[in-house]
Amino acid sequence: MAVGALPPAGPTATAGPLPARRPPRRAGWRRRWPLAPALLWLVVLTQLPFVFTVLFSFQSRNLLRPGAERWVGLANYANVFTDTVFRAALLTEIELTVLAVAIAMALGTALALLLDRRFPGRGVARTLLISPFLVMPAVAGLLWKTAMFDPVFGLVNVAASWAGVQGTDFTSRFPVASVVTVLVWQWTPFMMLIVLAGLRSQPADTLEAARVDGAGPWATFRWITLPYLRRYIELGVLLGVIHLVNTFDVIYMMTQGGPGTRTTNLPYYIYQRAFLGFDVGQSSALGVVTVAGTLVAAALALRLLFTAFTGVRAGDR
Amino acid sequence: MRSPAAFRPPLRRRFGPWLWTTVTWVVTAVFFFPVLWMALTAFKTEADAYTTSPTVVFSPTLEQFRAVFAEGVGPYLGNSALAAGASTAVVLLLATPAAYALSIRPVRRWRDVLFFFLSTKMLPVVAAIIPVYLAARGLGALDSIGTLIVLYTAMNLPVAVWMLRSFFLEIPREVLEAARVDGATTRQEVMWVLLPMVAPGLAATALICVIFSWNEFFLALNLTSVRSATMPVFLVGFITSEGLYWARLAAAATLACLPVLLMGWLAQRQLARGLSMGAVK
Amino acid sequence: MARPPLGRRTTGGAAALCALSLPAAGCGGFGGVGAGDGTTVSVAVVANPQMKDMEALTPYFERAHPDIRVRFVTLPENQARQKITESVATGGREFDVVMISNYETPLWARNGWLTDLQERAEHTPGYAPSDFIAPVRAALSYRGHLYSVPFYGESSFLMYRKDLFAARRLTMPRRPTWRQVASFAKALDDPGHGVAGICLRGAPGWGQVLAPLNTVINTFGGRWYDLRWNPQLTTPEVERAVRFYVSLVRRYGEPGAAGAGFTECATHYAQGKAAMWYDATSAAGVLEDPAGSKVVGRTGYVAAPVARKAWSGWLYSWSLGIPRAGRHQDAAWRFMSWATSRRYIELVGRRLGWSRLPPGSRYSTYALPRYRRIARSFAGPTLQGIRHADQQRPTVEPVPYTGVQFLDIPEFQDLGTRVSQQINAAISGQESVHTALAQSQRYARTVGRDQRRPEH
Repeated sequence: MAVGALPPAGPTATAGPLPARRPPRRAGWRRRWPLAPALLWLVVLTQLPFVFTVLFSFQSRNLLRPGAERWVGLANYANVFTDTVFRAALLTEIELTVLAVAIAMALGTALALLLDRRFPGRGVARTLLISPFLVMPAVAGLLWKTAMFDPVFGLVNVAASWAGVQGTDFTSRFPVASVVTVLVWQWTPFMMLIVLAGLRSQPADTLEAARVDGAGPWATFRWITLPYLRRYIELGVLLGVIHLVNTFDVIYMMTQGGPGTRTTNLPYYIYQRAFLGFDVGQSSALGVVTVAGTLVAAALALRLLFTAFTGVRAGDR
Repeated sequence: MRSPAAFRPPLRRRFGPWLWTTVTWVVTAVFFFPVLWMALTAFKTEADAYTTSPTVVFSPTLEQFRAVFAEGVGPYLGNSALAAGASTAVVLLLATPAAYALSIRPVRRWRDVLFFFLSTKMLPVVAAIIPVYLAARGLGALDSIGTLIVLYTAMNLPVAVWMLRSFFLEIPREVLEAARVDGATTRQEVMWVLLPMVAPGLAATALICVIFSWNEFFLALNLTSVRSATMPVFLVGFITSEGLYWARLAAAATLACLPVLLMGWLAQRQLARGLSMGAVK
Repeated sequence: MARPPLGRRTTGGAAALCALSLPAAGCGGFGGVGAGDGTTVSVAVVANPQMKDMEALTPYFERAHPDIRVRFVTLPENQARQKITESVATGGREFDVVMISNYETPLWARNGWLTDLQERAEHTPGYAPSDFIAPVRAALSYRGHLYSVPFYGESSFLMYRKDLFAARRLTMPRRPTWRQVASFAKALDDPGHGVAGICLRGAPGWGQVLAPLNTVINTFGGRWYDLRWNPQLTTPEVERAVRFYVSLVRRYGEPGAAGAGFTECATHYAQGKAAMWYDATSAAGVLEDPAGSKVVGRTGYVAAPVARKAWSGWLYSWSLGIPRAGRHQDAAWRFMSWATSRRYIELVGRRLGWSRLPPGSRYSTYALPRYRRIARSFAGPTLQGIRHADQQRPTVEPVPYTGVQFLDIPEFQDLGTRVSQQINAAISGQESVHTALAQSQRYARTVGRDQRRPEH
């Protein structure tokens, strides 16, 4: 199978025969209108609210004290940067995301390699393996908390008791590890699918050539397959990060950010400030800071991602 | 490591594949086990479910499903289906022309537009939830399925546009040229040439959108409460493990997961493409 | 009042939102379907056993009032509180009846978020608001008017297994001290047989771990603030109290204590897995109900343990109120006056069992002969606890706030939750008590500063 997986680079490579010169104005509108509704929808629902978030971030505004709104300048931001819980949440955020993405990617790559062989029941194994990713995240949190990690009845504890280990309250003794376990369980199949797609598109002649040259399996993997997979691994990591920095469901269902604030990441912390503290000003400032941070990270990530999406042909040339 | 054993000496060559196959199946079993256990528990009585020596052999009962429906899970399932189905329909309506304008007859600066679509996926929802909440309250649109549909549409639009675009780009240029030579108008070209050719792509995109909106939790949690609450919100009631309700929880969880599991299994060929927004096949 | 299928509030912008997306499907969602031509009253309640009973008995109400349908939203305590506060505070109209407590009632009444119920209560035939137990009624009033009506009321007391005590030749005094309780817990803790020395709440949430812990802090001589709103959470008294509680539950408490709230403890103790349990007096009904309890008749009830203060029990009531913005005020009142009436209490007894009556709300409950027989062991301690709970002077040293297991200021919902998370971290061993309190003190300082501001 050819590389064709990734969309071609520029308009010149697209399907339609496209006039090279700039289209006349009316044709420009004809081209634009199909785009307008979608664009408008997104701007109104994702950009506009954020403008208000920025406004609120300069206000003292608490839903429990109606009528006491006032402008406070940068006070909310000062609070954000002196807030030890915010710093802890930021670290937790990074910890959870990095651990989950890295482990899921490592496992996912290994699984993809295993699945990329011919063996009896491959289709079934693949079907079963993608299931964790399809499980509703809210259910995943509940399922692991109750069925797996419960200190008395959880299966992990039952298994441990066969090995003679006393019951452990995993979610409160190893909260981060517990949450990461669930995230890895859900996201390994995702990584596997992406890497598998990469393996499938690997040109067979290169591998054949390596074999003829007498390269062992490890050498082939290390020097040919892995470099080839790099793009796919990057893509998987990026998409994983985009989703996992917003982890909320699993934390809400499993640990409620606790014990203490040990598993409180930024989304959960902002949620708490907004819907438990009803502190609109403070949580808006937190939101703005988070978005600013995300934008910096995303600008780097997007550049990479965009290359992955569109720059491949150019690179191959 | 295509077939790792292929490069090894003869003795290993015979056992190697079996070893790897066994490893594969063991890992598969470990990953699938929680899902299987959830489904099994859903058919147990609470007494069978809540025991320190887990039972695999038991007489299955539908008691838990009956209990969950008696607790009124029906409207929640209905709301989830409505929110997922309607938002997906709107997404396709909006995304198909947009994808067309970004591939077949691209607008100027189509790269920037694509970039913008993608960047909205990177904005954390939490940062926008307060204005959205206050706006919905002001409009009297809290606890309304309409609100969820509008927001889920926004959530899935970028994915759908990217994915559909990748399908449009696959259409051979000759086909379009042939249509134009035959004198087809743009409208005819779209209706009779393009759409039939991307129909499988539309189906795949729809499935991905349904999966994402069915599983969505954060917006549903904060914007609905009574009449429009969806399935994930129903499950919040199970957060405190009230001792003896694990089997019932399993039944509710199974109901919540089943539609998406089935759809995902059916669409697994397209799953990677959908999840990577069309970047890989 | 008949309600059109879409619901009256789906007007203006909401309708526009719907029209944008799908004109035909109806914006209200499936909840709106099937409302028929009657009024649907939405009731938000906490998932405690007594509320589940209310849900189970509601068909009796609907049969008597064919024009009213009742729809319950039942959530665990923390989630229910969050959702109800959010809705009522922002003038939301999702709920017609909300379950609140003596914490929310006076605060929300002052903000004008609740409907004054005094008139309705007095003029509803047979309702007899004067039958409500006096401290409970006072705690649910603002400027002498009832703003919510008690579904049940409670103090806190200590429950212990008489059989286990007898087997070890231990005697529980009628008014134990915490020091005695700790030594009993040590003697009776038996993890090998799956019996914990004592069950105590450890779950985060101000209504969870902080409720019992605050009574310990109070009786150990601690307080949250001095009279000038300076936080006192790092004082030796508070630290000693918290250290005592945390080490007691960590050493001799139930497994999974960090996740245990009222319902978890109830299950635990009712399954015979704990020798003592310090919690709400309303728990007794659960323990004496043969349907779910393995310890019926084997439990003794004594006053809340003390240290320096003579009485330390809390005062609490889950009550029903009507949000001012609610659409169906009359129907809402009809439902809640039924659920808090004498007739309802007797209905529970007849249909579900006399041990399951919602206790502590009405004097007349304690005159019901069938209930007296079952409640012989705990009725006295319950009423005594409620009588001695002093919301006005909860601590040894004077304080600027009222409330025993909470501080009656709007910020406490948030402050209490955050402090409870710190305590929860200490109970799970993630943090030391010292660190947890130092962090709590920082939270409390911010709130205290706000309290000193002139507009308060």
